[in-house]
Amino acid sequence: MSPVPGFLAHRDGDAVAVAVRDLEPGPVQGGYLAGPDISLQLTEAVPLGHKLALADIAAGQDIIEYGQRVGIASKDIGQGEHVHVHNMRSARL
Amino acid sequence: MTVLAGTGLMGFRRENGAVGIRNHTVILPVDDLSNAAAEAVAKLVPGTLALPHAYGRLQFGADLDLTFATLAGNAANPNVASAVVIGIEPSWTERLVGDIAKTGKRVQGFAIERHGDLRTIEAAARVAARFLQDDSERVREPVERREIMLSIKCGESDTTSGLGSCPTTAEAVDRWVDAGGTVLFGETSELTGGEHLIAARCATEAVRQKFQGIYDSYMEMISRAGVDLLGSQPTQGNIRGGLSTIEEKAMGNIAKTGTHPVAGVLEAAEAPTGAGLYFMDTSSAAAECVTLMAAAGAVLHLFPTGQGNVIGHPVEPVVKLTANPLTAQTMTEHIDLDCSGLLRREYQLAEAGDRLMSICDRTINGRLTCAEAIGHREFALTRLYQSA
Repeated sequence: MSPVPGFLAHRDGDAVAVAVRDLEPGPVQGGYLAGPDISLQLTEAVPLGHKLALADIAAGQDIIEYGQRVGIASKDIGQGEHVHVHNMRSARL
Repeated sequence: MTVLAGTGLMGFRRENGAVGIRNHTVILPVDDLSNAAAEAVAKLVPGTLALPHAYGRLQFGADLDLTFATLAGNAANPNVASAVVIGIEPSWTERLVGDIAKTGKRVQGFAIERHGDLRTIEAAARVAARFLQDDSERVREPVERREIMLSIKCGESDTTSGLGSCPTTAEAVDRWVDAGGTVLFGETSELTGGEHLIAARCATEAVRQKFQGIYDSYMEMISRAGVDLLGSQPTQGNIRGGLSTIEEKAMGNIAKTGTHPVAGVLEAAEAPTGAGLYFMDTSSAAAECVTLMAAAGAVLHLFPTGQGNVIGHPVEPVVKLTANPLTAQTMTEHIDLDCSGLLRREYQLAEAGDRLMSICDRTINGRLTCAEAIGHREFALTRLYQSA
């Protein structure tokens, strides 16, 4: 892969990863912090530090990051979409 | 003379054996009314350190006890060589002097009533000058890492905190505990969503029950106050940085605590009694949290940040690190360690940990932190309820 990844995921099995630079729609290379690389087609722009979906996530489904539930999808989220407060919510509501 | 292991670390060993990394002569006001006199003394005797704060009158019960523990603990901190205490009236002043004197530290108190500010300032300044001169002859000696109490708390977090600066901090925390040291973490509110992970790491059932009790009473306090915690957590700054939920924020927070069991649970400002990783019941507000940890005896603080918190502390040096390249570029005067290379995979976590340990060791040996260099001295008392 390119020496500078576009996004990084914490754990194998996470549904979301974090953009480590500003990303434009289109193909992007990323990977796990200490693991294999991932190729993904981004469907929208994702700013530095924001999350992107590594897989389709149905509304109501848990969103897994760090190998843990960090929230629930409030809408259907497609692979490659920006994931933030507009389409996910706390499970502590 | 005992030949030590050769850590290369040099600190100040105090009367009670505790090790500090700074050598302050502090001027401590007991209350808000005495700030003016304390600051005047520090101005007359440059090189002393005044610790002004906003409270100390008509407090009562547990809230007063916490204020006393926080003030006495900060003056008793091993980073302090000696203390001059100034209060409006003699009884609370003497109480504070007595609490500080228990450590064997040199301390003298002055009350303003029946003397006025100006006579008090003169008398206190004469003592402060003598203390400062004597303290200037105290020298660093070889110390071991386990003797240096570390504390950690993150702020203005974003997703780069969880990916980079918090795991880098965890490297240092694990190495500190491996060396037999003591590390404090806190932030009761910001464990929400991940509190079960901390509970599961408690070393014994008694420690777990104490942790759960503190967490549950915090949640009860929030619900009694009728506030929507989720309205303030994550903060607007967190959201701008990409954090979406309080649980996600908690994961980043917890990522900095490393992998060791939680050896014990402390009340706010309570000193730990042994080695290992300790949880302290603290606010997640940066200055309040660091002030409580300094009161417990922590002498070096690691502060991972995402969007760029600028905190420093007068008593306990704060080392700030970020993995956010934008923060590292735009806030260089605040950032002691830029670990954004982790996000570009230029190096692995262990190397980021090495870099942080190097900054820690240089700070221990006397290098000023960014916050010390530019004069950030946030000193904030935690209040449990309003004054009478």
